[in-house]
Amino acid sequence: MADISRRGWLVGASTLGLAPWLGGCEPIEGGPSRPGLYGLSDTLTLATQRFLLRDQPLAREFPPEAISKIFPTINTTDPDNPDYRRSKATGFSDWRLPVSGLVERPTAFSLAALKAMPARTQVTLHSCEQGWSAIGGWTGVPLSHVLASCGLKPEARFIVIRTVDGWWDSYDLFDALHPQTILAYGMNGGDLPVAHGAPVRLRVERQLGYKSLKYLASIEATDRVSGIGQGRGSMVSQLGFSWYAGI
Amino acid sequence: MRPVEPVRHPLWVRLTHWVGAGAFVALGVSGVAILLALPRLFWGETGANDAPAWIVLPLPVNLEQTGWGRNLHFLAAWIFVLSGALYLAAALVSGHLFRRLAPERDQLRPGHLAGELRAHLRLRPPVPASGRERYNALQKLAYLAVLLVLAPVMLLSGLTMSPGVTAAYPELFTLFGGRQSARTVHFLAATLLVAFLLVHLWQVAANRPLRLLRGMITGRTGRTTEET
Repeated sequence: MADISRRGWLVGASTLGLAPWLGGCEPIEGGPSRPGLYGLSDTLTLATQRFLLRDQPLAREFPPEAISKIFPTINTTDPDNPDYRRSKATGFSDWRLPVSGLVERPTAFSLAALKAMPARTQVTLHSCEQGWSAIGGWTGVPLSHVLASCGLKPEARFIVIRTVDGWWDSYDLFDALHPQTILAYGMNGGDLPVAHGAPVRLRVERQLGYKSLKYLASIEATDRVSGIGQGRGSMVSQLGFSWYAGI
Repeated sequence: MRPVEPVRHPLWVRLTHWVGAGAFVALGVSGVAILLALPRLFWGETGANDAPAWIVLPLPVNLEQTGWGRNLHFLAAWIFVLSGALYLAAALVSGHLFRRLAPERDQLRPGHLAGELRAHLRLRPPVPASGRERYNALQKLAYLAVLLVLAPVMLLSGLTMSPGVTAAYPELFTLFGGRQSARTVHFLAATLLVAFLLVHLWQVAANRPLRLLRGMITGRTGRTTEET
């Protein structure tokens, strides 16, 4: 099919709110794709939730008394990466978080530099796809602030985040720039513990826990994620999970 | 009184019945797959392996079934919800809901209900009513409970586990008393639905299954005139 006619279809359909249906496996332009029926139901879920969240509401926040005594830790709880171990021994003083890609001023932030930025503390419910949930208090700098300070370019559409333990995920700007999407260095009033992703983890409060990556290693702004890895948008989607985890 | 055409199911009933049945089985199987990651139930907002549980289900813990379980669960949920909404809309608009499923006045008399209950408990066919065939009152109440109570509770308690939906509608947490409460309610309502399914299948098996199956597939009852 000629590209122009396909585009015409999409433009026409999008006025009816049908673009995600026809787009099928690639609901966001340049975004992750998933073939088959699961791609279709993922797209329906994403399109529906984007509509419900169109005014960018905040996820519920709790008073500090609500913080859970038991907050499980899963997957990596202490990376055995040698650089990480060395950095941990120095209290992460030599740790750096490079922000690169479609930004005017690529910058590598130290922990101190992130802590010097405007902070946000949020006590939220963490929901794991395994079924458990726990309330934790998180302190950090909004990702939107970090990106703005690097001069996010207008053509940027996605933020790709990689971790010390080899994990990676991506977020479109709808979630990346949400006020509760923070780079957290504090938990429950103290420093972020190693088991919870020290020195800095991500919090994405309107999705399941697996989108809130621990042990951040780098941040990259891109215009598309379709060319990264298998084009599924994240490591976990290559293992068969949904890229969008709002349900 | 015009005799109601007995068990001739319109196309939309048959279509949504079978689509819904397939989706229901998929939801049940995938729901168990998801549950195996944490076969413990809690009340309130939080709950985890090391936290005190309300019930520990006698199921093996298995963390490897979550991926396909979730994929199938949400695909089937979309199919079930869309076909269920289609069914409810058609049932309302066509009057089916009131004509076929709402118990009639005489069926709700305590004496009649008690008689039906006795007949069911003795596994006897319910007393035939006034020459025309209709669902018995317990059957109607069971259908209505599934359609108007259990199915909506399943949908809403399921959505209460969604961090995206609850960011838009935090009232859902209030409705169920927290995320883990919603998870527990989801499980309990699912158990009741499975119980309904078992009774439903048993009722079909016990009451001329081939005729009933044919009726739900082709819409024709296959009754002969002398039977009518």
